[in-house]
Amino acid sequence: MFSRAYKAAITVPPLAWVGVFLLAPYALMFCYSFWSVSSSQQIVHSWTFENYRELLHVGVYLETLFRSMWIAVRVMLFSLVLGYPLAYYLSFRARKRKDLLYQLVIIPLWVSYLVRAYAWKTILGSDGVLNTLLQYAHLTKHPLEFLLYSPFAVVLTLTHIYTPFAILPIYASLEHIPRHLVEASQDLGASPLETFWRVILPLSIPGVLAGATFAFVLSLGDFLAPLLLGGPSGIMISNIVVSLFGAAYNWPLGAAISFCMLLLVVGLLFLSESLEKKWSFR
Amino acid sequence: MRRERTGWLPGHAVAVFAFLYLPIVTLIVYSFNGQGVGGFPPRNLTLDWYRALFADDAIWDSVFNSLRVALAAVAIALAFGVAAALALDRANFPGKALFRRLVLLPLILPGIITGLSLLMLFREAQTKLSLWTVMLGHGTALISVATTEVFAGLEKLDRAQEEASLDLGANYWQTFWRITLPNLRLSILGAALLIFTLSMDEIAVSFFLIGRDNTLPLEIWGRLRRGITPEINAISTVMFVFSLIAIVTWYRLRAGGEGQPEIAGELLE
Repeated sequence: MFSRAYKAAITVPPLAWVGVFLLAPYALMFCYSFWSVSSSQQIVHSWTFENYRELLHVGVYLETLFRSMWIAVRVMLFSLVLGYPLAYYLSFRARKRKDLLYQLVIIPLWVSYLVRAYAWKTILGSDGVLNTLLQYAHLTKHPLEFLLYSPFAVVLTLTHIYTPFAILPIYASLEHIPRHLVEASQDLGASPLETFWRVILPLSIPGVLAGATFAFVLSLGDFLAPLLLGGPSGIMISNIVVSLFGAAYNWPLGAAISFCMLLLVVGLLFLSESLEKKWSFR
Repeated sequence: MRRERTGWLPGHAVAVFAFLYLPIVTLIVYSFNGQGVGGFPPRNLTLDWYRALFADDAIWDSVFNSLRVALAAVAIALAFGVAAALALDRANFPGKALFRRLVLLPLILPGIITGLSLLMLFREAQTKLSLWTVMLGHGTALISVATTEVFAGLEKLDRAQEEASLDLGANYWQTFWRITLPNLRLSILGAALLIFTLSMDEIAVSFFLIGRDNTLPLEIWGRLRRGITPEINAISTVMFVFSLIAIVTWYRLRAGGEGQPEIAGELLE
């Protein structure tokens, strides 16, 4: 129904823009990861595997990567544990309050990331709200130091930020479950627990996968929460990248790490997508 | 359906909402606190921090910069995002599947990767970093939002109207302006609002592409590293109020269609 000219008019501009400002930069990142820095701080445009070799052989990079992944795994698990029952409650039990509660889930998504990370900083600090509250209530004598500038603070803050990201896709997949399947299961004598375990949970797996991917990937690449709340022991892989692009001035090595992250993320997206296909019942 | 026991679920829901909202409430309460950002209980309630905020030129400059960036981001993202949604909906071209993934990638990709890759592009092109580069970065990253929102709108569009318009002798251009675009206005408005708000709050991409002029989040970031006062709570509270207005408007726009909107559900399909 549409002419060639029309199709060209809607296709060419976004294709060109995305090619220049998304595809080319990612490709450039790939190229950079094979370049190097000369002693006079110039980027040398000749090809070498040196950055990837350094990545594998200098302990701190892999160590930090694994530490970041461990933080991201914890954030993902906590988001699911907090998010799944809430999504279930919203979808199956909330009835009239559903709309209001749904809005309450998305409001924090719109509140500035920075504002929320900062809020946790004011709560967790040694003279922060929580510590002074504990002392005020005579529960502790001295401020608890582990609260701020620790991996704990990073995991807590990132869980706070990414839990709504986990709730939304889970809720969407629960909403798509035909209610007659649930009724059929109950009519055939399954207990509520069996119905949940054998009907609802399997059908909501695609949403769980999507939510888990969001929480994991977004927290893996975070560098602001660790800078603000992490302290020396809460440093994540992106912080290393930031310093390589800043004071440490080794863009090619930074690009190599970033490119590995990019591959990891894209790989996870494909994995989660193919698992979702496997689990979806249509 | 049978009447079920409610059990622990409502309690869990209350706890999760408390976890999500307590920090925000704390932030707002302490913006009125005379005694600094921490310390329980809050004392000497005051509006001084708001007064300080309104007299703070650096903050207002950065607000103005952020507004300019956000408006430019809306323009760029809508121009290319609407076209991209139309292209995905009604054109076939080689690499279409790749294109779809590429457009949506910045939504799920950590901002640092998008920011750094553009930084390298600007360096190779010898472009000086400034608000322009930030606008370009935000606009490009947020095409994803415009595309998802408008694509969802296109799925609900009644094709017969466009066919009728073409049959009755209107050309494609006229049909686009008089039929397609007006039918998509809610999606486009919703997308614009979402892009605007996300750009106002964006920090990871701006962090790498900023020149000398700060956006509001970067101005706040700079202050956080220098030591904190409730003035930051005050500006955060003001931002929260504006976000709240934006989201209620957006929700009304989308719910005006039918059912609940899905922000994230569409992304990973």
